[in-house]
Amino acid sequence: MDSSSADSFNIRDFLRLDMFPHFLCPGCGHGIAMRALLWAIYELEIPKDKLAIVSGIGCSGRIGAYIDANTFHVTHGRPLSFASGLALARPDLNVIVITGDGDCLAIGGNHMIHACRRNLNMTCMMLNNEVYGMTGGQASPTTSEARYTTTSQSGCIEPVFDACALATAAGASFVGREVTIHLPDLKDLLRQGLAHKGFSFIEVLSDCTEVFGRKNNLGESPEMILSQKSRMRPSSYGSVDGNIVDEPFRANTLPTGILSRNERPEYGDTYRKHAADIRALKSGK
Amino acid sequence: MLKQIEGSEAVAEAVALCRPEVVCAYPITPQTHIVEGVGKRIKNGSLENCEFINVESEFAALSVAIGASAAGARSYTATASQGLLYMAEAVYNAAGLGLPIVMTIGNRAIGAPINIWNDHTDSMSMRDSGWIQLFAETNQEALDLHIQAFRLAEELSCPVMVCMDGFILTHAYERIDMPTQEEVDAFLPPYEPIQVLDPDEPYSIGAMVGPEAFTEVRYLANDKQLQALRLIPEISNVFKDVFGRNSGGLVQPYRLDDAETVVVALGSVNGTIKEVVDAMRKDGEKIGSLGISSFRPFPQEAVYDAINHTKRIVVLEKSMAPGMGGIVDSNVRMSLSGLSTPVHTIIAGLGGRPITMASLREVFEIAGEDRLPRIQFLDIDHAAVEHEIVRARHTRRSGPTAESILRHKAVNPAQKG
Ligand code: SF4
Repeated sequence: MDSSSADSFNIRDFLRLDMFPHFLCPGCGHGIAMRALLWAIYELEIPKDKLAIVSGIGCSGRIGAYIDANTFHVTHGRPLSFASGLALARPDLNVIVITGDGDCLAIGGNHMIHACRRNLNMTCMMLNNEVYGMTGGQASPTTSEARYTTTSQSGCIEPVFDACALATAAGASFVGREVTIHLPDLKDLLRQGLAHKGFSFIEVLSDCTEVFGRKNNLGESPEMILSQKSRMRPSSYGSVDGNIVDEPFRANTLPTGILSRNERPEYGDTYRKHAADIRALKSGK
Repeated sequence: MLKQIEGSEAVAEAVALCRPEVVCAYPITPQTHIVEGVGKRIKNGSLENCEFINVESEFAALSVAIGASAAGARSYTATASQGLLYMAEAVYNAAGLGLPIVMTIGNRAIGAPINIWNDHTDSMSMRDSGWIQLFAETNQEALDLHIQAFRLAEELSCPVMVCMDGFILTHAYERIDMPTQEEVDAFLPPYEPIQVLDPDEPYSIGAMVGPEAFTEVRYLANDKQLQALRLIPEISNVFKDVFGRNSGGLVQPYRLDDAETVVVALGSVNGTIKEVVDAMRKDGEKIGSLGISSFRPFPQEAVYDAINHTKRIVVLEKSMAPGMGGIVDSNVRMSLSGLSTPVHTIIAGLGGRPITMASLREVFEIAGEDRLPRIQFLDIDHAAVEHEIVRARHTRRSGPTAESILRHKAVNPAQKG
């Protein structure tokens, strides 16, 4: 399927409508990310019964509850660990982790780097909105310098994590980043991540209008996502002058698209092969 | 000065008045407003010489506080629920090292299933960690207990948890008598650590200790709690001299004199219980209550002295020990060993279930007629439980209990927090 599937894709087929109304704020980017994910799942024709969606705590984690599939809402920071157990026990499932910048990079940071290192077959969609939204807007490891949050009241002075650089360095075999305004691109990126065998890490730049945008005078959702777009430097644009143009005087410093990919062995395969070898050795074959 | 403010704000201001030097923050509902409030005071300059550190988890929050405290800084953090469980290793560590950290717990249930509302399961999980645990009945008391907690912690060199009911206190606006900086300074002297990492006088903190001394170390941890039994009332008395009000202490008796039924409880529910006691007293019932302010150390003698004369005891608690019953009730029974007074347990308010005066009055009246079972869950929906038991019996793969009960009750989980 190609993006003409936009017409046939009906998001309601993938939602637990009895869970609505949902609790995301108006303008929150998380809903767009969820749409992109479900659209990618639709295009790949993954049966719902073969989906296992694991989510952590935070506004990002709430998304899992709205998806009509096997969903597992777990403790703060731990979705990648729960998912690792799931993926090892059930290699036939498409394991998807939905997490946020606080959940994945702060309290779950250790699990994140080890999940990348192990390269188990799963897709991790990390929604980065630079803030702990659910608890009312505290600084996270991706809060940009000088941004105001309720716990950086004079402006944040801590340096941020570059989640994709971290994932690449830690060994994730598929790493990409996208912004919510490019919905079809985001869908395509997620689709490729889902199809990739190994640990796929996808950072989605989302926007928290309510407790981050408001506090930093970033405007509402359209202004916030346009400002993200203006910083993008999509790998797919290649050398089109290097700079794209929404805000002409601002450098486009944010790499998006597929940032790294390799075919190193997937941990589940390695594990099962190793186990089979040992069994064969023991039975003298 | 009288103020009408949120409980979390009141605690934040009280903590700031105690001049902490390091405050570690990690957000978790319903505690977050407190650390935010402290941060606000650092920004506006009313709290000077304090480092506010955003950490990556609760485990880091308390670990940073431990490091700061070992370096001689007055250290503070706050957490709740899952956050307290996640920091559990550091909780025991702080107590084992005897570092006088003060930590607020905005009491909240523990999952799974996820629940952000109030009960006491979180702090109960750490009851044996060696921390002192004080429970506040009102926001005024929560504020007062923090000021007392720093003094208590530093005199004993032992960490103190101040437990306040999540939402019921943390998010409630009440009238607060806010002390002045001079009053707090007069009550709380500057921190003089009894152990401090100092390059000029180097020694090690937290060394490995084998079987040859571990028992003695643990004995002394218990002894420290016993010392606290003496110190807590003393400090509460000094507090009264300086600030002019009763706050804290070990236990808070209410209309016990000729009481035949005594209700024992921790935290904010004591307010509701007192109202019910008053109403029942008006109708001639001989009932009183005993609030436990210090849960660790558990004031066995004070409890015995307060209620040994009564005919029956009802322990109302917001926690339970699955496979056993109550937690507070075992402590109360222990305090009364040797007596044959019946002790009934009412498990109430789990995961934020409201505890109404009407429900309390009903069970207290049943208790007065000696018809209360040994243990009872207040306002439990027996039909929902039965339905779930039958359902689970019929299908092996019956699926998750929580979701099924919600479906049965036709509650939309998305709207349930
Ligand atoms: S608080 Fe922020 S992240 Fe959470 S739902 Fe609202 S806008 Fe989205």
